Order: sequence, then C-alpha cells, then structure tokens
Amino acid sequence: MHIAEGVLSPAVLGAGAALAAAGTAIGLRKLEYDQLIGVGVLSAAFFVGSLVHVPVGLASAHLVLNGLVGVLLGWAAFPSILVALLLQALLFQFGGFTVLGVNACTMGLAGVASWYVYRAVRRLLPGAAGLRAAAFCGGALGVALAAVLTALALAFTDEGFKAAAGLLLTAHLPIMIVEGLITMFTVSFIARVRPEMLRMTRNDAPENSRS
Amino acid sequence: MFDQPFARPSFLQRRDPRLRVAAATALAVALAFLQQIPSCCLGLGLGCGLLALARPPLRPLLRRLLAVNAFLCVLWLTTPWTTPGAPLWQWGFLTVTDAGLRLSLLTTLKSNAMLCGFLALIATMSLPELGHALERLRCPDKLVHLFLFTGRHIHLLAEEWRVLMTAARLRGFRPRSSLHTYRTLASLLGLLLVRSHERARRTREAMLLRGFSGRFRSVTRFAVRPSDILFFLGLLLCLGGVLWTEYLCAQS
Repeated sequence: MHIAEGVLSPAVLGAGAALAAAGTAIGLRKLEYDQLIGVGVLSAAFFVGSLVHVPVGLASAHLVLNGLVGVLLGWAAFPSILVALLLQALLFQFGGFTVLGVNACTMGLAGVASWYVYRAVRRLLPGAAGLRAAAFCGGALGVALAAVLTALALAFTDEGFKAAAGLLLTAHLPIMIVEGLITMFTVSFIARVRPEMLRMTRNDAPENSRS
Repeated sequence: MFDQPFARPSFLQRRDPRLRVAAATALAVALAFLQQIPSCCLGLGLGCGLLALARPPLRPLLRRLLAVNAFLCVLWLTTPWTTPGAPLWQWGFLTVTDAGLRLSLLTTLKSNAMLCGFLALIATMSLPELGHALERLRCPDKLVHLFLFTGRHIHLLAEEWRVLMTAARLRGFRPRSSLHTYRTLASLLGLLLVRSHERARRTREAMLLRGFSGRFRSVTRFAVRPSDILFFLGLLLCLGGVLWTEYLCAQS
C-alpha cells in the first residue's frame, strides 16, 4: 500500500501533507501525555505485526493492520500510523519524506473510518456476534478504503496511472477479506483476555464515563 | 533485527542532524516538482553524489534500491501501454506510446534520485538522533515522544514475535491459507498486543517512579559548525542548478 517517492504530482503530495497534518493534530489533541507510552508500544506492535506475511490463496501478503489500529485507538490511530510509517521509511526505505503525508492519509483516514464503522456496528448489534461482525467490518474496511484512496492518489496524478491503480485495487480484494478475518479474531481474543484494552482511548468519552 | 546499516561514520554522518533533515526535505520537495528528463538526470546525479559522501555499505544499498524498483516495475508493466499518446511501437493490439514511456522514465529517475538523497541524509541517523532533531525543528512534542517510544520498542517486540512464532512452529504450526492459520496468527498477534500493553504499563510505572515528568531530555548537544553551513549552502546551490535546468528545458 506504499507509493514510492517521485511518482505522485506535487498537488497530490501537498494535499496529502495538509490532510495528514490536520489528522495528526486532531489525533494528538485526543491523546494525553499519560497514554503516550501505551500508544507508542502499541504502534511498535503494529509495526512488527505489519511485517508478518500471511498466505492468501497461493500467494502471500503482509498484513496492513490499519483497521485494527483504528478499532483500538480511534483518532489516535493517525499519529500512531504516521510514526510507524516514518520508522518504515527510516529502516526499510518504504516510501520517503514527500509521500509520508499521502501514505499517512490513505492509511490513517481508513483507520479512523474503520473505528467509526466498528462503533456503529457495535451499537447496532451488541453481544459477542456483534463484536465479531464489527471487528471484521473494521479490518476489511481499513484495507479497502486505504486501497481506494491510494488508487485515487495515483489516478489524480496522471491519466496513464489509471491502469496501475485498477491493478492495485483488484490485488487488494482478497487481502481485504483476510485482514477482516485477522482483525475479527484478534479483537475477540483481546475481548476475552484483556477487555479494557478495547476502551483505551478517550474518543468514546460518554461511554467511558458510564462504564 | 532492524539494524541501520547506513548509520556509520562518514562525512555526511558528522553534519548537524537538524540541517540534514532540512536539507532532505528541501531536496525531496524540489525533486517532486521536476517534469523534464534532463533535470531529473541531474537530480539523480546529485542524489548519487550525496550517497557517495555517505559511504553506504554495498549489499544493503542494493537491496533497498531493488525494493523500490520492484514497485516501479509494476508501473513499467502498465503505464507505457495504457497512457494515451503518439504510438511509438505496435505489436498486435498493444501499443507503446511516447507519453507513456516518458512518464515511466521520469518516475523511475525521480524515485531513485529521492531514494538516494533520503538514504544519504536521513538513513544515516540513529532513531533517537532523528527524534531529537525533529524536536528541535519544532515538531509537536507528543509526536516526537510517540516516535521515540515506538522506535525504542520495535526491537523488543520483534524479538517477542520471533519467540511466539518459534513456539508455534515447534508445535507443528504451518501457515496455509485456511481459517485455522488466520485464527492462530490472530491469537499470536492478540497475545503480542496484550503483552505490549502490559509492558507499557510497567514501563510507565517505572518511569514515573524515577521521576519522569513527561519530558525527554537529550544529552546530545547539537551544534552547527561552519562546515555544516557550507555543506548546506552547497547543496542548496546544486538544487538551484537542477531547478534552473528544469526551467530552461521547460522554456525550449
């Protein structure tokens, strides 16, 4: 889901950087100094988890996990994903400085969207089955939306990239389902083992104050 | 596991980290605007020159270059055939257009130039060095803290994940594309997250006990020396030259 440097047009890069800055600012505002260590260690766990290769059909793909970050962290997923991307750029040269904004946007926005979807489904269907359904939707949507946004960034840059964008979208369809399944199993594991982790951030303040 | 093979003594490694971050940003932004082949070639030359100053180890360098160019291969497979433009070469219903070829070439040159610049200027920094440089450049406090905490823990968690996977493999776990595989991997991932949550709690308590006030203090002092400024100005001059070439090519 990374776009390499030098591919996108300056307009797309600028828009991505501005949106990423706004998203990060919102995410940081919702994050207390007290929670920084917790979110930092979780970001590290996601960084490691996204290096895991999973067999998908005959091929294998690495996990993206932005849906899971979103479900667990809410808006704080934005800075968390930005930091993980910066580390990936530094340690593996996946992407670089100029595309950092665009990449953080595609994955961060998708992560925050999956958090909203997760919460909405949760509210519609309480209970264990609802939790599983919500987590599946969150995980699948995270990858799907990130792929769509990445494809849009490519398509907006140049007409000629449209085919490559289409290729990217189709390639991500099976990954979407696998990612949804992984997110579903991970969230239900956490719900059984350490349910308070699902209420870590202050995003759902009204719910927290009731519980 | 995540060692940084590029962070080793060199001319570039001794320059001030703040100026390196600023230089890398200027370089990346300037290169992103290029639209002409000659100026892109010059940009690539500038990137290679910087890389030579950083004296990178050869094998990791080739691996990084390969990784980026693998992504560009996907573009080469589609873009020359699908971009509208004057046909250069026809084979059955497949047509290579000059616009498509030009776009692919331009993208490849720019991508590699930026990668070289990034490897030379940023990848030569250790994680804490980059974190503190970002802090001095007025990056938000919380973001820098998050970066430092995350960077500090990736090695520990990667080791923990390796242990979990080894344990699973010893019990006969073979990853296939089946629901069982996904459930097992997800449980391991959940376990990693739960453990890291615990670790974060313990770390926080330990840090509070030792008087952590919410601020990281760095013992490294950054000092800008005349040679740093000279290097920075030289780089800006080269960038100006690249942009000037771009302007001249666009005019003609």
